[in-house]
This record gives sequence, C-alpha cells and structure tokens, in this order.
Amino acid sequence: MNTNKPLKAEVKNFNFFYGSTQALKNINMPIHDKKVTALIGPSGCGKSTYLRSFNRMHDLYPGNRYEGDIIFHPDNVNLLSEAIDPIEVRMRIGMVFQKPNPFPKSIYENVAYGLRVRGEKNKRVLEDKIEAALKNSALWNEVKDRLHDSAFNLSGGQQQRLCIARALATDPELLLFDEPTSALDPIATGAIEELMHELKEHVTILIVTHNMQQAARVSDYTAYMYLGEMIEFGETNSIFIKPKDKRTEDYITGRMG
Amino acid sequence: MTNDTNTNALTTARLRKLIARGKLKDRLFQIVGVIFLTAGLAVIFLLVSDMIMRGLDRLSLDFFTNFASRRALQAGILSAWVGSLLVMLVTAFAAIPLGICAGVYLEEYAKRNWVTDLIEINITNLAAVPSIVYGLLALGIFVYALGFGQSILTAGLTLALLILPIIIVSTREAIRAIPTAIREGSMAAGATRWQTCRYHIIPYAMPGILTGIIIGLARAIGETAPIITIGALTFIAFLPPLPFTEISAGVTAAPFDWLMSPFTVLPIQIFNWTSRPDPAFEANAAAASFVLMAMVLTMNCVAIWLRYKMRKNIRWQN
Repeated sequence: MNTNKPLKAEVKNFNFFYGSTQALKNINMPIHDKKVTALIGPSGCGKSTYLRSFNRMHDLYPGNRYEGDIIFHPDNVNLLSEAIDPIEVRMRIGMVFQKPNPFPKSIYENVAYGLRVRGEKNKRVLEDKIEAALKNSALWNEVKDRLHDSAFNLSGGQQQRLCIARALATDPELLLFDEPTSALDPIATGAIEELMHELKEHVTILIVTHNMQQAARVSDYTAYMYLGEMIEFGETNSIFIKPKDKRTEDYITGRMG
Repeated sequence: MTNDTNTNALTTARLRKLIARGKLKDRLFQIVGVIFLTAGLAVIFLLVSDMIMRGLDRLSLDFFTNFASRRALQAGILSAWVGSLLVMLVTAFAAIPLGICAGVYLEEYAKRNWVTDLIEINITNLAAVPSIVYGLLALGIFVYALGFGQSILTAGLTLALLILPIIIVSTREAIRAIPTAIREGSMAAGATRWQTCRYHIIPYAMPGILTGIIIGLARAIGETAPIITIGALTFIAFLPPLPFTEISAGVTAAPFDWLMSPFTVLPIQIFNWTSRPDPAFEANAAAASFVLMAMVLTMNCVAIWLRYKMRKNIRWQN
C-alpha cells in the first residue's frame, strides 16, 4: 500500500462502548482523501456504530463512550476529543442515512437547512448554494421547477438524493453513508452509486454497505469488520481478489454472513 | 383411499363447525357493541335535547347582554360569559407556554434518570387530582400568599395549573411520535438541540399539542369547584374594567386592571340558578348550559380544523 497518498483521517486504537459493552475493539485505519472507503461485514459487526462515531452521533444518547483517536486532517484535530464540540464535528462531516429522511418541508427548505443552522440568511447565497448542491446530487433537472413542493412528493430515490444534497450544501470534508441504498430499488441504487463516483472528486466518502457488489463497484478501499474488530483493510481490488485473512475470504465468497 | 376422503370430509366438517362457532361470537359481540353504543348516545341525546327544549325560549340577544337579576325573565349571562372568556384567556396565556416548554424540556433535554422518572409519574398523576384540591391550593397561594384576591388572575392561574399536566402529557406524546430519523437528520446537519426543537420538533408536534390544549381548555371552561373555592362571586352586575376607559370620575383603567377584577363564570351562574326554588330560573340554567356547551363545541371544532390543516403538511412516509 502506498503510504504517500494524502489522508483525510486516521483512526488510532479506537474502542467504543455502549455502557459496559464494548462494541468496537482497537480499530486502526486510514481514510484516504477524496476516495471512497467501504465498510463491509455481517449484520451486527459494528460497521454502523463505527461510522456514526465519525460525526459523534453517539453523543446524542447517554451511556456511550469513545476511546482512542480519530485524527482529522488537514488540521489534525481529534474528532473524539472531549474538547471538541460534537456540533463542530457534524458541521465538517455530513451524513446520509439508511432510509431517506427528508424533513416534512419543501425541497428548497430541506437543502437550505444546513445553511440556515449556520446562520446564512442572504437569499442569493442560499439560492446559489442550493442550486449547486442539487446539481451535485444530480437532482436539479428533476426538481428545478418545483423547489417549493413538499419533499415527500419525490420518489424514494429522489428523496435519498435530496438528503445527499442536504449534506452537500454545507461543503462537508467527509461524507458518511450508512447503507444509503438499502431502501431503494436497483435503478435508484445505480443512480446513487454513479453519483458517488462523481462526488469523490470533491469529497472523501465513507460508506457502510451490506451489498458486497456495491462495495466492489463504488469503493477504492475496503475494510472488513467482524464482531467489532477490523479484520482486514486494503485496496478494494486486493481485498476482493486476494484477501489475506481467511475470515475475509469466507465472507466475500459467501461462506459466512 | 375411501378412508382418506372420509377423514378429510370429517375434518372439513369439523373445521366449518369451528368457524361457525367463532363467527357466532363475532356477531354476538357486534350486537352487544351496537346496543351499548346506542344506549350511550341516546342518554346524551336526551340530555342535550331536554336542555335545549327547556332553555330555547330564553335564548335571545337580551340573555347575552343582561346582567344577572332576581327576576328570572330579565336575568342574563353577560358577566358570566365575559368572565369565562377572560379567565380562559389568562389560563391559555399561562398554561400553553409553560406546558409546551416543560414537555419539550422533558423529552428533548432532560437526562433519563430517577428524578425525571419521578417527575413523569407525578405529572401523570397530577392530571387525576380532583379539581377542588387545586382550588384549595390556589386559595392559599394566589389569594392569600400572593395577594391576588378573588380575581380573574387568580381564577385563570388556578385553571392553568389544573390543565398544565394535560398539556405537558400531550406535548410529550406528540414529540414521541416524531421519528428518530428526523431528529438525527437535523443533528447530523450540525444543528443544536434548540435549533432541532425550533425548526422540527415543536412544529411537527404542534397538531398533537393543540389537541391537548383544547382538551385542557374545554375542561377548564366547565370547572366550577376550584372557582367557587377561591371565592368567585355568584351575583355580579358589572363588567371588569375595559382598558383605557373611565371607571369613575377622572380615573382611567390601566391596561391590566381587569385582571384584578371580581368576576363570575358560566358554570357558577348555572349552579346558582339551578339552586333557586323558582322554576323560571331552571330555563335560564338550561339556556346558559347550552351556551357553555356551544362554546366547548366551537373550541373543539376549531381544534379539529387546525389539526387537519397542520397535519396535511406533515408526513413521515410516502
């Protein structure tokens, strides 16, 4: 593995606890800048838990505890540090959820939301950024004439792209996808995967997926997780063609999981 | 082979018998349900139609614009309906913000521990406390300790206390119905808890909160016991001072003088009339009851309409 490639983040000795249960064990992993990194593994292996640690979603609920560091580049802050406000982290890192979760508001207001919570009031700036975000999420042509319609009038796939636009509007440095296509049909899934290809020009992507073909199609790097541990990490090609670990091989070839 | 078909036929016959027996119970329950429902509705219908028939004669414009009087035919409900309206105004202004804030705090901010559990149990139980207890509490605190006297302010605050648990509970229930995905979506965009409440939680919970408010106010407007306990007058022949009007030679009413004014409310007026020996007052009581019912029904209709309008824009799924 070429270590000279720029990194967006480095995970070091990361442990995570739900109360007294340890859900993630000693994870070490680089996140390469402007690349797609996929997290795969059987249900309950902790990949979503891991993903949600990056934007400190676990801070919303009591009894959760992080150990170790996630060093975020270029300014080398530790995302997990007590001194860093989780809101600051979430302002730099966007997230797209498993099920499309648009707000019961207009398309315009959905995309504007991140900007509004950052205090943006200038109508021109809002409109420009909303247009750019909707173009980047390949939704602009479908919604440009009905920006003030309810977001619920969109199809499931469109809603998910709207959620991506909502995350993109605030120029995140890292975008987290938590099984973004598991609630979508194959055509909508294809559109989202294509979108990810275009997005990685500007933004680093970390994606959890149940679907190994999807991981193979969209990602540059893949991490295989099992029972809260990172079993293997590497370039997607080498993980899928020549896994080093027996457990990874079993999972990928469908003998397990 | 014949044997086989035989057993099969037997089983089918048994099956059909079983289904028939089940269906009989089905039918039986339906009949019982309809009978009970009709009985309940019939009683209400009788009561309301009896009330209307007795009181209809007295319902005229004069009835609304006259003060109470010793002569039944000249007596009206002016001070009572104005009093009810003003007391409700105070109740709404006190209970709505307090109730919503308390509900939002408990759901969105408070940590789950034994203190919040205790508060939760208490609030649910407070809704079941007899209203006269609130009256006694108000007599001690608002009338004597705070010196508000037997005023509209005292009555409004007392009823506000009475309906506060209803508003808090309905606020919490409405908030709980909002999917976690909405909350997480908002927080993931970098919003603070307050921004999440301000842009999402409170607006989406509003239809449910509104239902609680109206149920509360509808209960408050019919309350008699606590209002009598704090010492509302049963006979009153003047209105609270209208702001900026002359109340006596050279003295103008301040904007909030009416808050400290003595008053009466519709339920007390009705109670007063029904306890008189002269049967002519009975018609007055029936007519006043009709007005009170109309007020409650109007409030409910407004609530249903508002809820319908608000819900139209709020859906969680396609």
